[in-house]
Amino acid sequence: MRSRMIAGLALLAAVLPARAEELRFCLRSDPKSSDPLNVGDESSETVRYLTHGFLVRMNRKTLQLEPGLAQSWRVAKGGRAIAFELRKGVKFSDGTPFDATDVEYTLKRVTSTERKVQSGDGLRRDEGAARILVSGPEKIEITFAAPIAGLAYLFDEIPMLSSRSPLKDKAGLGPYVLTEQRAGDHISFVRNRNYWRSDEKGGALPYFDSARIDIQQNREMELTRFRRGELHFISALDADSFERLGAESPQSVKDGGLSLESEMLWFNQVARAPIPAYKLKWFRSAAFRGAVSDSIRRDDLVRLVYKGRAAPGFGPFSPAARPWSNTNLKPLRYDQKAALKRLEAEGFRLQGGVLKDGAGNAVEFSLVTNAGNKNRARMAALIEQDLGRMGIKVNIVPLEMPSLLERITRSYQYEACLLGLVGVDLDPNDQMNMWLSSSATHQWNPSQAKPETAWEAEIDRLMKSQAAEGDEKKRVALIYKMQEIVREQTPLVYLVHPHALMAVSPRLANAQPAAFRPRVHWNIERLAPARAGEMASAR
Amino acid sequence: MSTRSVGLAGICVMYAAGLLAGVLAPAGYADQDREHPDAPPSRAHWLGTDELGRDRWSRLLHGTRVSLLLAPAAAVVATALAAAAGLTAAVSGKWTGEAMALAFDVLLSLPLLFLLLALRASLPLNVSAWASLAITFALLALLGWPSAARVARAGALAALESTFALQARAAGIGKLRLLAVHLLPHLRPVVAAQFWLLVPAFILGEANLGILGLGVVEPLPSWGSLLGELQNLDSLRAQPWRLAPAAALLIAVCCFHLAGKTPAEEA
Repeated sequence: MRSRMIAGLALLAAVLPARAEELRFCLRSDPKSSDPLNVGDESSETVRYLTHGFLVRMNRKTLQLEPGLAQSWRVAKGGRAIAFELRKGVKFSDGTPFDATDVEYTLKRVTSTERKVQSGDGLRRDEGAARILVSGPEKIEITFAAPIAGLAYLFDEIPMLSSRSPLKDKAGLGPYVLTEQRAGDHISFVRNRNYWRSDEKGGALPYFDSARIDIQQNREMELTRFRRGELHFISALDADSFERLGAESPQSVKDGGLSLESEMLWFNQVARAPIPAYKLKWFRSAAFRGAVSDSIRRDDLVRLVYKGRAAPGFGPFSPAARPWSNTNLKPLRYDQKAALKRLEAEGFRLQGGVLKDGAGNAVEFSLVTNAGNKNRARMAALIEQDLGRMGIKVNIVPLEMPSLLERITRSYQYEACLLGLVGVDLDPNDQMNMWLSSSATHQWNPSQAKPETAWEAEIDRLMKSQAAEGDEKKRVALIYKMQEIVREQTPLVYLVHPHALMAVSPRLANAQPAAFRPRVHWNIERLAPARAGEMASAR
Repeated sequence: MSTRSVGLAGICVMYAAGLLAGVLAPAGYADQDREHPDAPPSRAHWLGTDELGRDRWSRLLHGTRVSLLLAPAAAVVATALAAAAGLTAAVSGKWTGEAMALAFDVLLSLPLLFLLLALRASLPLNVSAWASLAITFALLALLGWPSAARVARAGALAALESTFALQARAAGIGKLRLLAVHLLPHLRPVVAAQFWLLVPAFILGEANLGILGLGVVEPLPSWGSLLGELQNLDSLRAQPWRLAPAAALLIAVCCFHLAGKTPAEEA
């Protein structure tokens, strides 16, 4: 009887779908937006990646655009127009057909200046509205008032929505359909039965029948779950976890090389900020900022904090961001003597181990960063000691994220901040919001009515010019010039550019981890349980 | 030797180690030997070095000083507040007493950790690490007294029903005198027990903040900030000496617990 029961259970286990049939990974937080056109956080972006379709997709390994819902496209009129030829027979997840009217509907919403959406940031032009011409169910052409740099790439960020589906924006063209979302716990998806893409042999995609994303803030817990085989991948590992996991399972860890991310420090230059006038004067001095930059041993940050899995800070574009990273610029080097010289030229004096300004004020500032981030805490400790050698006293203040954001975006009650920048897109337009002086995310002095300094005005001009330049060589020249100004003025002290460190379970087939986000699931429809993946590759 | 004596002796040893940290520690708590990060224990570094090359033994000693000096200070403040509030609630009229008891309960129901986080976030930024530390413990003291106040009130209410208190009240003694001369000495063991309980509670409170990265700020060490490393369980297996701050905390809590025992409990 007992042996029959065991045999029965074994049979049941064989018949029931294996746990591996569900793709599992974690996100750090709940998605902040359910509007696919207004996505600003990684979690919302991931959900959109699973549930929605795009005209073109960038291959994160080759960085080339590949056909998506559009089987071909053509950029014309010097970067002012783009024509798409759509696939036939594509259906939304609820069975509603997809054609050029849906693209027109989506693009009208995206380019609307009345109700601005984030997905349209790169497409809205001051010069005038876009003209959309539908010349057939599969043919559509969009003409803009002025050239747009990297035009085709912008469509990698615009999800196509249905103009006719009763489900409205919830009807998607992505590989999965969202079935359940429990705040703070998990998000579940099932395979989109109407998904248009198939593999090379005509097999249905995606390979996994369902996907589950668990919301897991604790990185250690995420790592433990990965080890237990509960997760298929981790998109971002810190260097410590990478080393530890690599020691016990070298085949699971993937170093994707330099990422587009930067860790940086900046000083508050907001004129109305509630900080003493003499400190604001320091922070607004390019010599002061440059001297601080020169006084930091970036090699130590790389070696001690990132275990060598990072590159010393270089500038707005990490050396991985080719062709945009200005290779003519010399690497930032530790040079305390040069730093002191720059400071002395500005009236600072080192007296009894304390750096004082021309008015005799000892140089001391607070450095806020987000609490609980080990790497930033360590970097802050190293910077505190490096600057201490220059006679500068740094008070490190870890704050929980909401308080930190309140200070750096609203009240401006801070002096210096240590944070990171997550680059999603290789194109310089991805950083437009940070560099335009009018932008709310121009961190050191946001939302300026007009540029307060000549160099910020020049950066505004260069960024706007490159955004309207169709010729890539000319764009590169403009971006190079912009980086030279940034190097000279040092509004942001670049510290390190970390590597893209990931973990991928050997149980997951077809993964092609890349340095650019989304690093592991960019080809989610092709990710497969290892056995199915092996079968797929053998066919 | 009584268990209380063992506890007191342990506390004395720990205090001595903390107070003499400047002499006993082979290096400053912030000194970074960047060429020797994550070093294993050696003659030069008894507990090895941390990821920035700082001597773990020196940081533990300085952390002991920080945690063991400020936690009792905060416990004194909290116990005093608790005794004052508890006794006042006991000798006040029925309605006032009940209202105060309700207020204690409301304060107890507040999410202490979030309140601490919010208060810490609103503090001025440009304060030294020591000042920031003192403020953290002051906040712990100001928020940590209600449970002790409830115990003090209950003790006082029981004492008020006793014969000596009835006789005192019958003799026409005023409330203040009743409180100061008769009730307070009677409640001394209760209040002392609360003090001994609050000390480890505050050490652990600071440790919790430290694990969240919001306790003592770098580079100053405390047991809390040192315990932050314990989140990394694999490293502990490979480098068990990292458990030293946890061991110190455990010993301290045990010592305070033993020291807080009343003679009746020991018997």
